[in-house]
Amino acid sequence: MSQARSFVALAASSRSSSHAATNRKSRSVHTIPRPKPAYPGHIPLTPFENGFLAVGSALMSLIDTRRADMVAACGETTAGSTLVKLRDIMLESPEGRRILKEMPRINSQTLDLEKLRSLPENTFGRAYVGWLDTCKVTPDSREPVHYIDDPELAYVMQRYRETHDFYHALFGFKVSALPELALKAFEFSNLGFPMTALSLGASIRLKPPQRARLWGEFVPWAARCGSHARCLLTVYWEERWGQDLDEMKKELGVWNPPAGITIP
Amino acid sequence: MQATRSIRLPRKLSACRLIHNHSILRSSDPSGRTTSFGFRTVPEESKESLVKGVFDSVASKYDLMNDASSLGVHRLWKDSFVDTLKPGRKGPLRCIDVAGGTGDIALRILDHARENYADRETTVEIVDINAQMLKEGFTRFKKTMYHNTPQVSFHEANAQELPASQFKNDSYDLYTITFGIRNCTSIPAVLSEAYRVLKPGATFACLEFSKVNNPLLSTLYDQYSFTVIPLLGTILAGDRDSYQYLVESIRKFPSQPEFAQMIRDAGFSTGGDFDGGAWTDLWGGIASIHTGVKI
Repeated sequence: MSQARSFVALAASSRSSSHAATNRKSRSVHTIPRPKPAYPGHIPLTPFENGFLAVGSALMSLIDTRRADMVAACGETTAGSTLVKLRDIMLESPEGRRILKEMPRINSQTLDLEKLRSLPENTFGRAYVGWLDTCKVTPDSREPVHYIDDPELAYVMQRYRETHDFYHALFGFKVSALPELALKAFEFSNLGFPMTALSLGASIRLKPPQRARLWGEFVPWAARCGSHARCLLTVYWEERWGQDLDEMKKELGVWNPPAGITIP
Repeated sequence: MQATRSIRLPRKLSACRLIHNHSILRSSDPSGRTTSFGFRTVPEESKESLVKGVFDSVASKYDLMNDASSLGVHRLWKDSFVDTLKPGRKGPLRCIDVAGGTGDIALRILDHARENYADRETTVEIVDINAQMLKEGFTRFKKTMYHNTPQVSFHEANAQELPASQFKNDSYDLYTITFGIRNCTSIPAVLSEAYRVLKPGATFACLEFSKVNNPLLSTLYDQYSFTVIPLLGTILAGDRDSYQYLVESIRKFPSQPEFAQMIRDAGFSTGGDFDGGAWTDLWGGIASIHTGVKI
Protein backbone atom coordinates (compact mmCIF):
# COMPACT_ATOMS: atom_id res chain seq x y z
CA MET A 1 0.00 0.00 0.00
CA SER A 2 3.04 2.26 0.20
CA GLN A 3 2.60 2.78 -3.50
CA ALA A 4 -0.81 4.27 -3.09
CA ARG A 5 0.05 7.74 -1.95
CA SER A 6 3.43 8.04 -3.65
CA PHE A 7 2.40 11.03 -5.76
CA VAL A 8 0.97 13.37 -3.21
CA ALA A 9 2.98 12.23 -0.19
CA LEU A 10 6.31 12.85 -1.84
CA ALA A 11 5.25 16.25 -3.06
CA ALA A 12 5.60 17.36 0.53
CA SER A 13 9.09 16.02 1.06
CA SER A 14 11.94 18.19 -0.12
CA ARG A 15 13.75 16.48 -2.91
CA SER A 16 16.35 18.46 -4.84
CA SER A 17 15.99 18.44 -8.57
CA SER A 18 18.64 16.53 -10.42
CA HIS A 19 18.47 19.16 -13.11
CA ALA A 20 19.50 22.14 -11.02
CA ALA A 21 23.16 22.90 -10.50
CA THR A 22 24.03 21.05 -7.31
CA ASN A 23 27.76 21.54 -7.50
CA ARG A 24 28.49 25.09 -6.52
CA LYS A 25 32.26 24.82 -6.57
CA SER A 26 34.63 27.01 -8.50
CA ARG A 27 32.79 28.26 -11.56
CA SER A 28 29.23 29.41 -11.99
CA VAL A 29 27.48 27.05 -14.32
CA HIS A 30 24.91 28.33 -16.73
CA THR A 31 21.85 26.18 -16.54
CA ILE A 32 18.10 26.44 -16.63
CA PRO A 33 16.79 26.78 -13.09
CA ARG A 34 14.02 24.23 -12.75
CA PRO A 35 11.43 23.98 -10.01
CA LYS A 36 11.82 20.96 -7.74
CA PRO A 37 10.05 17.79 -8.83
CA ALA A 38 6.65 17.43 -7.17
CA TYR A 39 6.70 13.62 -7.18
CA PRO A 40 9.17 10.88 -8.14
CA GLY A 41 9.75 10.94 -11.88
CA HIS A 42 8.39 14.47 -12.30
CA ILE A 43 10.19 16.50 -14.97
CA PRO A 44 8.94 20.12 -14.90
CA LEU A 45 8.90 21.63 -18.38
CA THR A 46 8.73 25.21 -19.58
CA PRO A 47 5.95 26.07 -22.03
CA PHE A 48 8.40 25.96 -24.94
CA GLU A 49 9.67 22.53 -23.90
CA ASN A 50 6.13 21.30 -23.46
CA GLY A 51 5.26 22.39 -26.98
CA PHE A 52 8.45 20.93 -28.42
CA LEU A 53 7.83 17.60 -26.73
CA ALA A 54 4.17 17.62 -27.76
CA VAL A 55 5.13 17.96 -31.43
CA GLY A 56 8.13 15.65 -31.20
CA SER A 57 6.31 12.90 -29.34
CA ALA A 58 3.33 13.06 -31.71
CA LEU A 59 5.64 12.68 -34.71
CA MET A 60 7.67 9.94 -33.09
CA SER A 61 4.54 8.00 -32.10
CA LEU A 62 3.50 8.10 -35.73
CA ILE A 63 6.94 7.05 -37.01
CA ASP A 64 7.45 4.26 -34.50
CA THR A 65 4.13 3.08 -33.13
CA ARG A 66 5.86 0.83 -30.63
CA ARG A 67 7.17 3.81 -28.67
CA ALA A 68 4.66 3.66 -25.83
CA ASP A 69 6.73 6.25 -23.96
CA MET A 70 6.13 8.71 -26.79
CA VAL A 71 2.38 8.08 -26.79
CA ALA A 72 2.46 8.71 -23.05
CA ALA A 73 4.47 11.90 -23.45
CA CYS A 74 2.10 13.11 -26.16
CA GLY A 75 -0.86 12.49 -23.88
CA GLU A 76 0.69 14.43 -21.04
CA THR A 77 1.92 17.39 -23.03
CA THR A 78 -1.39 17.86 -24.82
CA ALA A 79 -3.67 17.17 -21.87
CA GLY A 80 -4.36 20.81 -21.13
CA SER A 81 -7.45 21.20 -19.00
CA THR A 82 -8.74 17.69 -19.62
CA LEU A 83 -7.27 16.37 -16.40
CA VAL A 84 -8.89 19.14 -14.39
CA LYS A 85 -12.28 18.33 -15.91
CA LEU A 86 -11.81 14.62 -15.27
CA ARG A 87 -10.71 15.17 -11.70
CA ASP A 88 -13.80 17.26 -11.09
CA ILE A 89 -16.03 14.58 -12.61
CA MET A 90 -14.38 12.05 -10.31
CA LEU A 91 -15.04 14.29 -7.34
CA GLU A 92 -18.74 14.38 -8.20
CA SER A 93 -19.14 10.61 -7.92
CA PRO A 94 -18.81 8.65 -4.65
CA GLU A 95 -16.79 5.94 -6.37
CA GLY A 96 -14.56 8.53 -8.04
CA ARG A 97 -13.97 10.26 -4.74
CA ARG A 98 -12.87 6.97 -3.22
CA ILE A 99 -10.36 6.50 -6.03
CA LEU A 100 -8.90 9.96 -5.52
CA LYS A 101 -8.68 9.40 -1.79
CA GLU A 102 -7.06 5.95 -1.91
CA MET A 103 -5.07 6.45 -5.14
CA PRO A 104 -4.86 2.75 -6.01
CA ARG A 105 -2.12 1.64 -8.41
CA ILE A 106 -2.32 -1.23 -10.88
CA ASN A 107 0.72 -3.42 -11.35
CA SER A 108 1.75 -6.98 -10.70
CA GLN A 109 2.37 -6.24 -7.03
CA THR A 110 -1.02 -4.71 -6.33
CA LEU A 111 -3.02 -7.29 -8.28
CA ASP A 112 -3.50 -10.89 -7.19
CA LEU A 113 -3.72 -12.54 -10.59
CA GLU A 114 -4.06 -16.04 -9.21
CA LYS A 115 -7.09 -15.03 -7.21
CA LEU A 116 -8.61 -13.44 -10.31
CA ARG A 117 -8.05 -16.62 -12.30
CA SER A 118 -10.12 -18.51 -9.77
CA LEU A 119 -13.18 -16.31 -10.23
CA PRO A 120 -16.29 -17.61 -12.07
CA GLU A 121 -16.39 -17.39 -15.84
CA ASN A 122 -18.37 -14.33 -16.81
CA THR A 123 -16.98 -12.02 -14.14
CA PHE A 124 -14.96 -8.90 -14.86
CA GLY A 125 -11.93 -10.19 -12.93
CA ARG A 126 -11.85 -13.45 -14.87
CA ALA A 127 -12.29 -11.60 -18.16
CA TYR A 128 -9.34 -9.32 -17.29
CA VAL A 129 -6.97 -12.15 -16.48
CA GLY A 130 -8.17 -14.07 -19.53
CA TRP A 131 -7.39 -11.05 -21.67
CA LEU A 132 -3.91 -10.66 -20.12
CA ASP A 133 -3.16 -14.31 -20.82
CA THR A 134 -4.57 -14.33 -24.36
CA CYS A 135 -2.80 -11.17 -25.46
CA LYS A 136 0.36 -11.95 -23.46
CA VAL A 137 0.38 -8.62 -21.69
CA THR A 138 1.43 -7.81 -18.14
CA PRO A 139 -0.03 -5.14 -15.90
CA ASP A 140 3.46 -3.67 -15.53
CA SER A 141 3.94 -2.14 -18.93
CA ARG A 142 2.82 1.41 -18.18
CA GLU A 143 5.21 4.37 -18.39
CA PRO A 144 5.10 6.55 -15.25
CA VAL A 145 3.84 10.10 -15.56
CA HIS A 146 6.56 12.74 -15.95
CA TYR A 147 5.21 15.97 -17.38
CA ILE A 148 2.11 16.82 -15.33
CA ASP A 149 2.96 19.36 -12.64
CA ASP A 150 0.13 18.90 -10.16
CA PRO A 151 0.54 15.61 -8.23
CA GLU A 152 -3.18 14.90 -8.05
CA LEU A 153 -3.66 15.48 -11.77
CA ALA A 154 -0.57 13.36 -12.36
CA TYR A 155 -2.33 10.59 -10.48
CA VAL A 156 -5.45 10.99 -12.64
CA MET A 157 -3.26 10.59 -15.74
CA GLN A 158 -1.50 7.59 -14.24
CA ARG A 159 -4.89 6.06 -13.36
CA TYR A 160 -6.07 6.57 -16.95
CA ARG A 161 -2.96 4.86 -18.27
CA GLU A 162 -3.23 1.96 -15.87
CA THR A 163 -6.96 1.42 -16.39
CA HIS A 164 -6.62 1.43 -20.18
CA ASP A 165 -6.10 -2.31 -20.00
CA PHE A 166 -9.39 -2.68 -18.14
CA TYR A 167 -11.15 -1.04 -21.07
CA HIS A 168 -9.48 -3.64 -23.28
CA ALA A 169 -10.77 -6.38 -21.00
CA LEU A 170 -14.25 -4.91 -20.74
CA PHE A 171 -14.80 -5.10 -24.48
CA GLY A 172 -12.31 -7.87 -25.17
CA PHE A 173 -10.26 -5.71 -27.54
CA LYS A 174 -7.13 -7.30 -28.97
CA VAL A 175 -3.86 -5.39 -28.89
CA SER A 176 -3.19 -4.83 -32.57
CA ALA A 177 -3.46 -1.51 -34.37
CA LEU A 178 -7.13 -1.49 -35.39
CA PRO A 179 -8.61 -2.38 -31.98
CA GLU A 180 -6.23 0.04 -30.27
CA LEU A 181 -7.40 2.87 -32.48
CA ALA A 182 -11.03 1.92 -31.95
CA LEU A 183 -10.40 2.05 -28.23
CA LYS A 184 -8.66 5.42 -28.56
CA ALA A 185 -11.74 6.74 -30.36
CA PHE A 186 -13.88 5.46 -27.50
CA GLU A 187 -11.57 7.11 -24.97
CA PHE A 188 -11.78 10.42 -26.78
CA SER A 189 -15.52 10.25 -26.69
CA ASN A 190 -15.65 9.17 -23.05
CA LEU A 191 -12.71 11.01 -21.48
CA GLY A 192 -11.72 13.77 -23.89
CA PHE A 193 -7.91 13.59 -24.03
CA PRO A 194 -6.67 15.45 -27.12
CA MET A 195 -4.00 12.81 -27.65
CA THR A 196 -6.68 10.15 -28.19
CA ALA A 197 -8.11 12.18 -31.05
CA LEU A 198 -4.61 12.87 -32.42
CA SER A 199 -3.83 9.18 -32.33
CA LEU A 200 -6.53 8.57 -34.91
CA GLY A 201 -4.09 10.26 -37.27
CA ALA A 202 -2.12 7.03 -37.07
CA SER A 203 -4.91 5.45 -39.07
CA ILE A 204 -3.00 6.53 -42.18
CA ARG A 205 -0.69 3.65 -41.40
CA LEU A 206 -3.47 1.09 -41.55
CA LYS A 207 -4.20 -0.85 -44.71
CA PRO A 208 -7.12 0.69 -46.65
CA PRO A 209 -9.69 -2.00 -45.77
CA GLN A 210 -8.84 -1.71 -42.09
CA ARG A 211 -8.96 2.06 -42.26
CA ALA A 212 -12.37 1.90 -43.89
CA ARG A 213 -13.64 -0.37 -41.13
CA LEU A 214 -12.19 1.90 -38.46
CA TRP A 215 -13.90 5.02 -39.71
CA GLY A 216 -17.00 3.28 -41.02
CA GLU A 217 -17.84 0.96 -38.13
CA PHE A 218 -15.75 1.47 -35.08
CA VAL A 219 -15.52 5.24 -34.79
CA PRO A 220 -19.34 5.64 -34.98
CA TRP A 221 -19.68 2.95 -32.33
CA ALA A 222 -17.06 4.67 -30.18
CA ALA A 223 -18.69 8.07 -30.52
CA ARG A 224 -22.12 6.80 -29.50
CA CYS A 225 -21.00 4.38 -26.82
CA GLY A 226 -18.37 6.63 -25.29
CA SER A 227 -20.65 9.62 -24.92
CA HIS A 228 -23.52 7.51 -23.63
CA ALA A 229 -21.45 5.74 -21.02
CA ARG A 230 -20.56 7.10 -17.64
CA CYS A 231 -17.02 8.50 -17.32
CA LEU A 232 -14.94 5.36 -16.90
CA LEU A 233 -12.42 7.07 -14.65
CA THR A 234 -15.09 7.09 -11.96
CA VAL A 235 -15.15 3.29 -11.96
CA TYR A 236 -13.33 1.65 -9.06
CA TRP A 237 -12.46 -1.48 -11.03
CA GLU A 238 -10.66 -3.13 -8.14
CA GLU A 239 -13.92 -3.28 -6.18
CA ARG A 240 -15.69 -5.02 -9.02
CA TRP A 241 -13.67 -8.13 -9.80
CA GLY A 242 -16.59 -10.43 -9.02
CA GLN A 243 -19.22 -8.42 -10.89
CA ASP A 244 -20.95 -10.12 -13.81
CA LEU A 245 -19.64 -8.69 -17.07
CA ASP A 246 -22.99 -8.14 -18.78
CA GLU A 247 -24.46 -6.53 -15.70
CA MET A 248 -21.42 -4.28 -15.50
CA LYS A 249 -21.79 -3.17 -19.10
CA LYS A 250 -25.41 -2.32 -18.50
CA GLU A 251 -24.56 -0.38 -15.37
CA LEU A 252 -21.82 1.60 -17.07
CA GLY A 253 -23.92 2.24 -20.15
CA VAL A 254 -21.67 0.52 -22.69
CA TRP A 255 -22.32 -2.13 -25.28
CA ASN A 256 -20.09 -4.33 -27.43
CA PRO A 257 -18.42 -2.98 -30.54
CA PRO A 258 -19.02 -4.48 -33.99
CA ALA A 259 -17.36 -7.83 -34.47
CA GLY A 260 -13.82 -8.45 -35.69
CA ILE A 261 -11.48 -6.86 -33.16
CA THR A 262 -12.28 -8.66 -29.96
CA ILE A 263 -10.86 -11.85 -28.53
CA PRO A 264 -13.15 -14.85 -28.89
CA MET B 1 56.95 -4.00 -36.82
CA GLN B 2 54.01 -4.47 -34.60
CA ALA B 3 51.33 -6.80 -35.79
CA THR B 4 48.13 -4.83 -35.61
CA ARG B 5 45.44 -7.18 -34.53
CA SER B 6 42.04 -6.74 -36.06
CA ILE B 7 39.36 -7.97 -33.74
CA ARG B 8 36.39 -9.73 -35.14
CA LEU B 9 33.47 -8.56 -33.05
CA PRO B 10 30.82 -11.24 -32.65
CA ARG B 11 27.18 -10.41 -33.11
CA LYS B 12 26.42 -11.11 -29.50
CA LEU B 13 29.10 -9.42 -27.51
CA SER B 14 28.50 -11.74 -24.58
CA ALA B 15 29.71 -14.72 -26.60
CA CYS B 16 33.36 -13.84 -26.36
CA ARG B 17 35.30 -10.95 -24.95
CA LEU B 18 37.62 -8.60 -26.79
CA ILE B 19 41.06 -7.69 -25.57
CA HIS B 20 39.85 -6.78 -22.14
CA ASN B 21 41.73 -4.48 -19.87
CA HIS B 22 41.41 -5.81 -16.35
CA SER B 23 41.42 -2.32 -14.96
CA ILE B 24 38.11 -1.48 -16.66
CA LEU B 25 36.22 -3.36 -14.02
CA ARG B 26 38.66 -3.04 -11.16
CA SER B 27 37.19 -3.51 -7.75
CA SER B 28 36.35 -0.26 -6.05
CA ASP B 29 39.00 0.89 -3.67
CA PRO B 30 37.38 3.69 -1.70
CA SER B 31 39.77 6.58 -1.84
CA GLY B 32 37.37 9.21 -0.51
CA ARG B 33 38.07 11.27 -3.60
CA THR B 34 35.13 12.59 -5.57
CA THR B 35 34.71 13.75 -9.11
CA SER B 36 31.94 15.21 -11.20
CA PHE B 37 29.42 13.21 -13.18
CA GLY B 38 27.69 16.04 -14.97
CA PHE B 39 26.51 18.31 -12.18
CA ARG B 40 26.46 15.50 -9.66
CA THR B 41 29.38 14.76 -7.39
CA VAL B 42 30.20 11.08 -7.21
CA PRO B 43 32.97 8.92 -5.76
CA GLU B 44 35.83 8.72 -8.21
CA GLU B 45 35.53 4.94 -8.45
CA SER B 46 31.99 5.07 -9.69
CA LYS B 47 32.40 7.55 -12.50
CA GLU B 48 33.70 4.92 -14.90
CA SER B 49 30.73 2.63 -14.46
CA LEU B 50 28.27 5.53 -14.58
CA VAL B 51 29.80 6.67 -17.87
CA LYS B 52 29.73 3.08 -19.09
CA GLY B 53 26.01 3.01 -18.38
CA VAL B 54 25.51 6.19 -20.38
CA PHE B 55 27.38 4.93 -23.41
CA ASP B 56 25.88 1.45 -23.32
CA SER B 57 22.55 3.21 -23.47
CA VAL B 58 23.32 5.76 -26.19
CA ALA B 59 25.49 3.59 -28.45
CA SER B 60 22.81 2.42 -30.88
CA LYS B 61 21.44 5.91 -31.41
CA TYR B 62 24.73 7.79 -30.97
CA ASP B 63 25.22 8.87 -34.57
CA LEU B 64 21.57 9.78 -35.01
CA MET B 65 21.60 11.90 -31.85
CA ASN B 66 24.83 13.62 -32.90
CA ASP B 67 23.22 14.61 -36.17
CA ALA B 68 19.98 15.70 -34.58
CA SER B 69 21.39 17.64 -31.66
CA SER B 70 24.08 19.43 -33.66
CA LEU B 71 21.95 19.68 -36.80
CA GLY B 72 24.77 17.91 -38.59
CA VAL B 73 27.42 20.44 -37.55
CA HIS B 74 29.49 17.83 -35.73
CA ARG B 75 30.44 16.53 -39.17
CA LEU B 76 31.90 19.91 -40.08
CA TRP B 77 33.89 20.00 -36.87
CA LYS B 78 35.30 16.54 -37.43
CA ASP B 79 36.15 17.39 -41.03
CA SER B 80 37.98 20.54 -39.82
CA PHE B 81 39.79 18.54 -37.20
CA VAL B 82 41.15 15.96 -39.59
CA ASP B 83 41.91 18.57 -42.26
CA THR B 84 44.02 20.43 -39.72
CA LEU B 85 45.99 17.29 -38.95
CA LYS B 86 46.57 16.34 -42.61
CA PRO B 87 47.32 12.67 -41.94
CA GLY B 88 49.47 11.14 -44.65
CA ARG B 89 51.06 14.36 -45.86
CA LYS B 90 54.48 13.34 -44.57
CA GLY B 91 54.13 9.64 -45.14
CA PRO B 92 52.10 6.85 -43.60
CA LEU B 93 51.21 7.27 -39.95
CA ARG B 94 50.51 4.90 -37.16
CA CYS B 95 47.53 6.49 -35.41
CA ILE B 96 45.71 5.77 -32.22
CA ASP B 97 42.18 7.13 -31.92
CA VAL B 98 41.07 6.97 -28.32
CA ALA B 99 37.44 7.04 -27.19
CA GLY B 100 36.96 6.50 -30.90
CA GLY B 101 33.99 4.16 -30.51
CA THR B 102 31.83 4.65 -33.53
CA GLY B 103 34.77 5.39 -35.84
CA ASP B 104 34.00 8.89 -37.14
CA ILE B 105 37.58 10.14 -36.84
CA ALA B 106 39.32 6.93 -37.82
CA LEU B 107 37.33 6.82 -41.03
CA ARG B 108 38.15 10.43 -41.83
CA ILE B 109 41.85 9.88 -41.16
CA LEU B 110 42.00 6.88 -43.48
CA ASP B 111 39.96 8.60 -46.18
CA HIS B 112 42.05 11.77 -45.99
CA ALA B 113 45.31 9.85 -46.35
CA ARG B 114 43.91 7.79 -49.20
CA GLU B 115 42.20 10.57 -51.16
CA ASN B 116 44.86 13.24 -50.82
CA TYR B 117 48.10 11.27 -50.71
CA ALA B 118 47.19 7.85 -52.17
CA ASP B 119 48.25 6.50 -48.80
CA ARG B 120 47.04 3.00 -47.97
CA GLU B 121 49.63 2.32 -45.33
CA THR B 122 48.37 4.64 -42.61
CA THR B 123 46.75 2.65 -39.84
CA VAL B 124 44.35 3.62 -37.06
CA GLU B 125 43.87 1.65 -33.87
CA ILE B 126 40.50 2.56 -32.43
CA VAL B 127 40.47 2.32 -28.67
CA ASP B 128 37.37 2.66 -26.53
CA ILE B 129 36.42 1.60 -23.03
CA ASN B 130 32.90 0.75 -24.14
CA ALA B 131 32.24 -2.43 -26.07
CA GLN B 132 28.85 -1.30 -27.35
CA MET B 133 30.35 1.76 -28.96
CA LEU B 134 33.12 -0.33 -30.55
CA LYS B 135 30.51 -2.65 -31.92
CA GLU B 136 28.77 0.26 -33.63
CA GLY B 137 32.12 1.35 -35.05
CA PHE B 138 32.92 -2.11 -36.31
CA THR B 139 29.55 -2.33 -38.03
CA ARG B 140 30.11 1.05 -39.67
CA PHE B 141 33.55 0.02 -40.91
CA LYS B 142 32.08 -3.09 -42.48
CA LYS B 143 30.46 -0.75 -44.99
CA THR B 144 33.85 0.64 -45.99
CA MET B 145 36.89 -0.63 -47.87
CA TYR B 146 38.96 -0.77 -44.69
CA HIS B 147 37.11 -3.70 -43.14
CA ASN B 148 39.35 -6.74 -42.80
CA THR B 149 42.46 -4.78 -43.62
CA PRO B 150 45.33 -3.88 -41.31
CA GLN B 151 44.39 -0.23 -41.66
CA VAL B 152 41.78 -0.36 -38.91
CA SER B 153 41.53 -2.35 -35.72
CA PHE B 154 39.37 -2.17 -32.61
CA HIS B 155 40.53 -2.41 -29.02
CA GLU B 156 38.64 -2.29 -25.76
CA ALA B 157 40.82 -0.44 -23.28
CA ASN B 158 40.86 2.34 -20.73
CA ALA B 159 42.45 5.60 -21.93
CA GLN B 160 43.86 6.17 -18.44
CA GLU B 161 45.66 2.84 -18.38
CA LEU B 162 46.48 1.54 -21.84
CA PRO B 163 48.00 -1.92 -21.33
CA ALA B 164 51.72 -1.43 -21.82
CA SER B 165 52.24 -4.78 -23.48
CA GLN B 166 49.96 -3.83 -26.32
CA PHE B 167 50.32 -0.05 -26.41
CA LYS B 168 54.07 0.34 -26.12
CA ASN B 169 56.01 3.48 -25.31
CA ASP B 170 56.99 5.78 -28.14
CA SER B 171 55.07 3.93 -30.82
CA TYR B 172 52.45 6.21 -32.41
CA ASP B 173 52.69 9.12 -34.81
CA LEU B 174 49.31 10.60 -34.02
CA TYR B 175 47.03 10.37 -30.98
CA THR B 176 43.50 11.68 -31.37
CA ILE B 177 40.66 11.86 -28.87
CA THR B 178 37.35 13.36 -29.96
CA PHE B 179 34.49 14.25 -27.64
CA GLY B 180 35.72 11.63 -25.21
CA ILE B 181 38.20 13.12 -22.78
CA ARG B 182 35.58 14.95 -20.74
CA ASN B 183 34.01 11.59 -19.86
CA CYS B 184 37.20 10.24 -18.38
CA THR B 185 37.67 10.28 -14.64
CA SER B 186 41.18 11.70 -14.67
CA ILE B 187 42.21 13.93 -17.55
CA PRO B 188 45.86 14.08 -16.42
CA ALA B 189 46.03 10.28 -16.50
CA VAL B 190 44.76 10.24 -20.07
CA LEU B 191 47.26 12.92 -21.11
CA SER B 192 50.08 11.09 -19.43
CA GLU B 193 49.24 7.86 -21.28
CA ALA B 194 49.03 9.82 -24.52
CA TYR B 195 52.49 11.19 -23.86
CA ARG B 196 53.83 7.72 -23.13
CA VAL B 197 52.62 6.03 -26.29
CA LEU B 198 53.48 8.83 -28.71
CA LYS B 199 56.83 8.94 -30.46
CA PRO B 200 59.03 11.97 -29.85
CA GLY B 201 57.96 14.67 -32.28
CA ALA B 202 54.52 13.16 -32.65
CA THR B 203 51.21 15.01 -32.25
CA PHE B 204 48.50 14.89 -29.63
CA ALA B 205 45.18 16.27 -30.87
CA CYS B 206 41.93 16.65 -29.00
CA LEU B 207 38.56 17.84 -30.31
CA GLU B 208 36.24 18.60 -27.43
CA PHE B 209 33.37 20.83 -26.40
CA SER B 210 34.72 23.91 -24.73
CA LYS B 211 33.87 27.31 -23.28
CA VAL B 212 31.93 29.85 -25.27
CA ASN B 213 33.14 33.30 -24.29
CA ASN B 214 30.66 35.43 -26.19
CA PRO B 215 27.83 36.07 -23.67
CA LEU B 216 25.02 36.14 -26.23
CA LEU B 217 26.12 32.97 -27.97
CA SER B 218 26.71 31.38 -24.59
CA THR B 219 23.17 32.12 -23.41
CA LEU B 220 21.63 30.75 -26.59
CA TYR B 221 23.88 27.72 -26.46
CA ASP B 222 22.97 27.01 -22.83
CA GLN B 223 19.27 27.36 -23.53
CA TYR B 224 19.56 25.02 -26.47
CA SER B 225 21.70 22.52 -24.58
CA PHE B 226 19.53 22.28 -21.52
CA THR B 227 16.11 22.44 -23.12
CA VAL B 228 16.31 20.94 -26.60
CA ILE B 229 19.01 18.30 -26.23
CA PRO B 230 17.47 16.37 -23.31
CA LEU B 231 14.15 16.46 -25.16
CA LEU B 232 15.76 15.16 -28.34
CA GLY B 233 17.22 12.38 -26.21
CA THR B 234 13.76 11.62 -24.86
CA ILE B 235 12.14 11.64 -28.28
CA LEU B 236 14.78 9.96 -30.42
CA ALA B 237 16.40 7.63 -27.95
CA GLY B 238 13.90 7.31 -25.10
CA ASP B 239 16.67 8.42 -22.74
CA ARG B 240 16.64 11.86 -21.17
CA ASP B 241 19.11 11.22 -18.39
CA SER B 242 22.06 10.23 -20.56
CA TYR B 243 21.77 13.38 -22.63
CA GLN B 244 21.30 15.49 -19.52
CA TYR B 245 24.59 14.03 -18.29
CA LEU B 246 26.28 14.77 -21.60
CA VAL B 247 25.30 18.45 -21.66
CA GLU B 248 26.22 18.85 -17.99
CA SER B 249 29.61 17.22 -18.54
CA ILE B 250 30.40 19.86 -21.17
CA ARG B 251 29.96 22.61 -18.56
CA LYS B 252 32.30 20.85 -16.15
CA PHE B 253 35.17 20.58 -18.61
CA PRO B 254 38.11 22.98 -18.12
CA SER B 255 38.33 26.13 -20.23
CA GLN B 256 40.64 26.39 -23.22
CA PRO B 257 43.65 27.85 -21.36
CA GLU B 258 43.18 25.50 -18.41
CA PHE B 259 43.14 22.47 -20.65
CA ALA B 260 46.14 23.77 -22.60
CA GLN B 261 48.05 24.01 -19.33
CA MET B 262 47.09 20.43 -18.44
CA ILE B 263 48.45 19.33 -21.82
CA ARG B 264 51.72 21.12 -21.08
CA ASP B 265 51.82 19.60 -17.60
CA ALA B 266 51.83 16.17 -19.23
CA GLY B 267 55.01 17.11 -21.04
CA PHE B 268 53.72 18.31 -24.41
CA SER B 269 54.81 21.47 -26.09
CA THR B 270 51.92 23.65 -27.23
CA GLY B 271 51.34 26.95 -28.98
CA GLY B 272 50.63 30.12 -27.02
CA ASP B 273 47.58 30.58 -24.81
CA PHE B 274 45.39 32.22 -27.42
CA ASP B 275 42.90 31.12 -30.06
CA GLY B 276 45.05 29.93 -32.95
CA GLY B 277 47.90 28.89 -30.64
CA ALA B 278 47.48 26.00 -28.26
CA TRP B 279 43.87 25.70 -29.36
CA THR B 280 41.58 26.64 -32.21
CA ASP B 281 37.99 27.45 -31.40
CA LEU B 282 35.23 26.22 -33.65
CA TRP B 283 31.87 28.02 -33.75
CA GLY B 284 32.80 30.49 -31.05
CA GLY B 285 34.22 27.91 -28.68
CA ILE B 286 31.35 25.47 -28.71
CA ALA B 287 34.03 23.01 -29.79
CA SER B 288 37.76 23.47 -29.71
CA ILE B 289 40.80 21.68 -31.13
CA HIS B 290 43.75 21.44 -28.75
CA THR B 291 47.08 20.17 -30.06
CA GLY B 292 50.44 19.43 -28.53
CA VAL B 293 53.71 17.93 -29.65
CA LYS B 294 55.80 15.48 -27.67
CA ILE B 295 59.26 16.92 -27.43
